[in-house]
Amino acid sequence: MSNFFDKSDLARKDAENIVSDTLKNCDDGELYLEDSKSESIILDDNKIKSSNYSSDLGFGFRAVSEEVVAYSYSNEISKESLKNSAENLQSTLKSIKGTYKSEIPKSNKKFYDDINPIEQKTLNSKLEVLNKVNDYLRKKDGAVKQVTANFLGEHKSIEIIRSGGEAITDIRPLIRFNVSVMLEKNGRKETGVYGIGGRQSYDDYLKNDNWKSVCEEAFRIASVNLESKPAPAGEMKVVLGPGWPAILIHEAIGHGLEGDFNRKKTSAFHNLMGQKVASEGVTIVDDGTIDNRRGSLTIDDEGTPTEKTVLIENGILKNFMQDRLNARLMKTRSTGSGRRENYRHVVLPRMRNTMMLSGKQTQDEMIKSVDKGIFAVSFGGGQVDITSGKFVFNCTEAYEIFNGKIGSPIKGATLIGDGPSILKEVSMVGNDMKMDPGIGTCGKAGQGVPVGVAQPSILIDKMTVGGTKL
Amino acid sequence: MIKDHKFLNAKASFCLDIAKKLGATDASVTIGHGVSETVNFRNKKLDESNRSDDLAFSIDIYIGKKKSSISSSNLLDDNLKNLIEKCFETTKNTPEDEFNSLPDKNLLAKNIKNLNLFDETHVKNEKKISYLKELEDTASEDKKIINTESSFTENKSNYLLANSDGFCGSFKKSSFSASCVTVAKDEKSMERDYEYSSKRFFSEIKDPKVLGKLASHQTIRKLGPDKIGSEKLSIIFDKRIAKNILNAFAGAISSSAIARGTSFLKDKVNKQVFSDRINIVDKPDIIKGLGSRNFDAEGVKSETLNLVEQGILKNYLLDTYNGKKLNLKSNGRAGGTTNLYLENGKVTFEELLKSNSKSIYVTETIGHGSNLVTGDYSVGATGFLVEDGEFKYPVSEITIAGNFKDMFKNIFLANDLDFEYSTNSPTMMIEGMTVAGK
Repeated sequence: MSNFFDKSDLARKDAENIVSDTLKNCDDGELYLEDSKSESIILDDNKIKSSNYSSDLGFGFRAVSEEVVAYSYSNEISKESLKNSAENLQSTLKSIKGTYKSEIPKSNKKFYDDINPIEQKTLNSKLEVLNKVNDYLRKKDGAVKQVTANFLGEHKSIEIIRSGGEAITDIRPLIRFNVSVMLEKNGRKETGVYGIGGRQSYDDYLKNDNWKSVCEEAFRIASVNLESKPAPAGEMKVVLGPGWPAILIHEAIGHGLEGDFNRKKTSAFHNLMGQKVASEGVTIVDDGTIDNRRGSLTIDDEGTPTEKTVLIENGILKNFMQDRLNARLMKTRSTGSGRRENYRHVVLPRMRNTMMLSGKQTQDEMIKSVDKGIFAVSFGGGQVDITSGKFVFNCTEAYEIFNGKIGSPIKGATLIGDGPSILKEVSMVGNDMKMDPGIGTCGKAGQGVPVGVAQPSILIDKMTVGGTKL
Repeated sequence: MIKDHKFLNAKASFCLDIAKKLGATDASVTIGHGVSETVNFRNKKLDESNRSDDLAFSIDIYIGKKKSSISSSNLLDDNLKNLIEKCFETTKNTPEDEFNSLPDKNLLAKNIKNLNLFDETHVKNEKKISYLKELEDTASEDKKIINTESSFTENKSNYLLANSDGFCGSFKKSSFSASCVTVAKDEKSMERDYEYSSKRFFSEIKDPKVLGKLASHQTIRKLGPDKIGSEKLSIIFDKRIAKNILNAFAGAISSSAIARGTSFLKDKVNKQVFSDRINIVDKPDIIKGLGSRNFDAEGVKSETLNLVEQGILKNYLLDTYNGKKLNLKSNGRAGGTTNLYLENGKVTFEELLKSNSKSIYVTETIGHGSNLVTGDYSVGATGFLVEDGEFKYPVSEITIAGNFKDMFKNIFLANDLDFEYSTNSPTMMIEGMTVAGK
């Protein structure tokens, strides 16, 4: 655990007093302290391209009254800078009076261990794996023209000090291992990317030469794309594969169910609580409590223990995801969804691991039922316009379906749909739910946070595919 | 307020000295300090205030051809010393790379021009609040506007770069930005749009009433959109979207993508990439420019570059490392472009609208649909159907797709270039794109 005060002229007692003094007439707020170490080691173009280490330390001080948030941060932990921040908060909130509610629910459960993944593996053994990846792929096939592989590791230690002196802490390890390969054949170039990760040590993910399967998967995707034809354009049926394609749920539904957009009534879902928003058989949860997953958190960034929140149950909208501010204003409780990228940012309600649960059908039944459509297996990024509900995502591996059979691979096309209505178009839910491999980062208001997604195969009756072939 | 040159310089010298004493053959250090203050409004009421105070340090250490880097926000001498020692150890264990080196000494910036990038003005929170009040009052005049969110930010920063070859350069910058997002609603739909203004000098940002009116007008006109059928059409990109096409081009000619062979524009220097109507310039010395700078992230002088002349690609964007790989000299583009723009076309905005009997005017795209390896482009879009030069009705939930190789050759530009951003394009029309809708 980091001691944030031992190298500072600011004693813990002083900090507690400044926090209590500043927040006494506010509804909520806290001092958030963060010490994070991160590394990035990249192999590219046959060489170790870069080896970066970064250490970041700072605090964010927040005061909340009614709907107003005052925030100030600094990366200098000192008496002077905390006092400056306190004055800044008080000047914003001087005319608004609130009542501080200090209780934060408690839990002893932890969803990952206090490890430092950066220190647990030596630099040399990381370099060795990266070089092996490069040699393995380049030997595998002469069409391999470029290989990039990297390790990203992070160790983040946080402490939250609330008015009255209550302190809550968490230590969060996080790693990612990625491989990207470019193939060139007959003048065509295509890339394939694959990665794995979560909140354990590098070696938990790389044991039994598991890096080879990451290489194989990246290579397979690139090979498929080398054979791809222009994608069709227009409305058609879409079968989504299990796992990572749940980014669709994340973009189309997830963001619209975050508390802030609903309190502000800017989400297309704000007046649909208790109503049918999806086909029967569709159940979606947002779960921060799965061991070692990328989107899991023992506590959120306000100190609330995370939970498994049911968002949609059998088609009916049940809950929004809430942080403390939006929960208080909407007269409900926090779901442990208050997150921030780091101490530089205010807390917002965010997703953790967003999952559509399994149904009864098989993927085979879905494919067979489609006369003309596409089968989407993997995606790059997605995006949503919360207000209009329109969302997109980009296929990185997809195939045509003709007369119930999978046909040729098709070039990366954008799919576009309408969030509030898309889940009503789901006509089959598979029995094969799968988690993504641990690679997602969600962006909102300029803040990126690690998230997970999961889903079974699903059949969507109508979506617009943005190809070039009419 | 902002830490001065003396403070940054003392820290940088301290770091370079430690690196040298440890046995580094070369080193390059950056020290930065930024202070930013933001006030957010929502529905004509104060919503959030935000103050940030950011120190940043980074160092690249070289031992011969070995290199590694470290960065931190903690500038206490103790911490800097520990990190530099750690970085030195890592460098020793990192394999050599023949292309690693500081930039050529004769390319380093020597004459530092005053580009007038810093405005001393401090806009107090009270003043920000009155600006936002006026802005939101105007933005919400029409009853169809049901939600307004706006923001005013003042940014001041000072940055210094020093290396063991004796380069030491710094610049102070300021920026003032105001933005407004509005939500409009009618029986059929709910839509969102925005407008913003960002300038180096406070006196130059848009009048709050003008900004509010624009945001509200742009949102209301999107109400009640329809989908359209799938067909080949000309797409007219609003200036705020056209600049993204130009940025994708810049990504494809970055020396790292070229050196790695992962760009569809590899080996295209001196070849026709655009139609001969097109000229693209990157100009670093625009006074008060949002992308202006005297030197790049390595200290290399940045001078005006004609990237495309009459459709022919003339230059890549080069830094030292990738330049060496390609056997070319850095042209001061480590860290990317400066003030990048497409020169004006010959026709007016109205003439461009009329040039096809039917086209789509795109005001927003969503998704990350640019593949710079293959040139494939496919994004979600919202905008308007244009017939015979007239805006007919809003369209949404469509995608537009093509390949940059073809798209670049089919670009037509209006003569309405201005410098609102660091990358700027006149209104842009691209013929023959695929629209997917119903």
